[in-house]
Amino acid sequence: MRAKKWQLIITFAATTAAMAFEAAAKTQGLPGRLIPVPTVIQAGCGLAFCLEPAARAAAQQLLEEQELAAEGIYEIWL
Amino acid sequence: MIYFDQAATSLLKPPSVAAAVARAIETFGNPSRGAYAASLTANRTVYETRVLLARLFNCACPQQVAFAANATMAINTALKGIVSAGDHVVTTALEHNSVLRPLYELCQSRNCSLTVLSVEESLQKGLPSLVAAVRDNTKAFVCTHASNVTGDLVDIRAAGAICHRHGLYFVLDAAQTAGVFPIDMEEDRIDIVCFTGHKSLFGPQGTGGLCVREGLSVAPLITGGTGSQTFSQEAPAVMPEHLEAGTINAHGIAGLKAGLQYIEQLGLPELRCRQQRLMRRFYEGVAALPQISIYGDFSQGERAAVVSLNIGEYDSGQVSDALSEEFGICTRAGGHCAPLLHKALGTMQQGAVRFSFSHFNTEAEVDAAVCAVKSLAMQ
Repeated sequence: MRAKKWQLIITFAATTAAMAFEAAAKTQGLPGRLIPVPTVIQAGCGLAFCLEPAARAAAQQLLEEQELAAEGIYEIWL
Repeated sequence: MIYFDQAATSLLKPPSVAAAVARAIETFGNPSRGAYAASLTANRTVYETRVLLARLFNCACPQQVAFAANATMAINTALKGIVSAGDHVVTTALEHNSVLRPLYELCQSRNCSLTVLSVEESLQKGLPSLVAAVRDNTKAFVCTHASNVTGDLVDIRAAGAICHRHGLYFVLDAAQTAGVFPIDMEEDRIDIVCFTGHKSLFGPQGTGGLCVREGLSVAPLITGGTGSQTFSQEAPAVMPEHLEAGTINAHGIAGLKAGLQYIEQLGLPELRCRQQRLMRRFYEGVAALPQISIYGDFSQGERAAVVSLNIGEYDSGQVSDALSEEFGICTRAGGHCAPLLHKALGTMQQGAVRFSFSHFNTEAEVDAAVCAVKSLAMQ
């Protein structure tokens, strides 16, 4: 397996909200990508957005601007 | 072949629609079911289609756009999702069975009551009869935007204002008008817009959905997998997954996206103007012919591009068949799934022959249809 990195993970209550965040992040030039929700956060399925931890403030601002509710924001080894 | 059955399905579509569906079939994974490229490509296309639909209907946000298999499923979802036991609902005699049958079912299964505005009442500006129909237990007003038989329009701006004033939900069946007439959920105060993808939005059959006002909770018609919250026993509470159990028709939605992009490029006024011009040309060509009965109000400037007619006492099915066999002209005969309107027109037995127009039709095609009707009327 690849080496783990310290990552910022944003989860959403619905997959469509994750897609909305991805679209907004792309428009704003916020680097990151969609990944399966890590099971350490939530067992099951779904999509989460993964970024560098340094992007936390920018991500939170984007969430507010887009009126998107994150289910949770986590920093984990992934 | 000359195709004049746009109101049934838009056989004539922008080429980009079929190309998008073919590309989707070759490249899409299951949307919402993975984070790999093929799944995300599908999911992004679905999301972008929600964005286009939210813009078309001025829906608050793309998450409030839920896909369904067609307008019928959307209307069933809307009505069965908001109407409770003992509620009263108001509708119109213009309705398609996609509205009427769920309402009749609710009357049986949930002991609901129903008021049906007459054709005249439904088409009256300001809809004063809707106000008169409101009771203490009235939950909703549901109506078509345009009759699929006559093309006559309902005053939805007035309907929305009345519903808002009296605390009713306003559910709009936009099957005949989405993509042609402006529909603004905010300005028109519409709580739920139900649409089909395969008519004037130029998408494939099997696409449709509903746009739900933010804050309005609609109970899901079906439940199942949504690609999220696996271990919850209930459907996710958030839109649109709340109303979207099972794999959605992403291949079809890719085509719908292409159709919506085409509409944005051309613009509603242009599309509407071209349809109306062809509809008027046909109407003026046949209105004065002997034995011809035409249904609907053509004195109004704005109407859906539909002309329904009969020739004498001839069976509408026979006329439609003759148009097809002798002239290669496609029309829709019969009752058009609009029983109350045909009852009001006195055409339950005879039905009517419906010509419905697309901006892809040409004046030459319209003229050929006028000649064909003339020829049949003279026989």
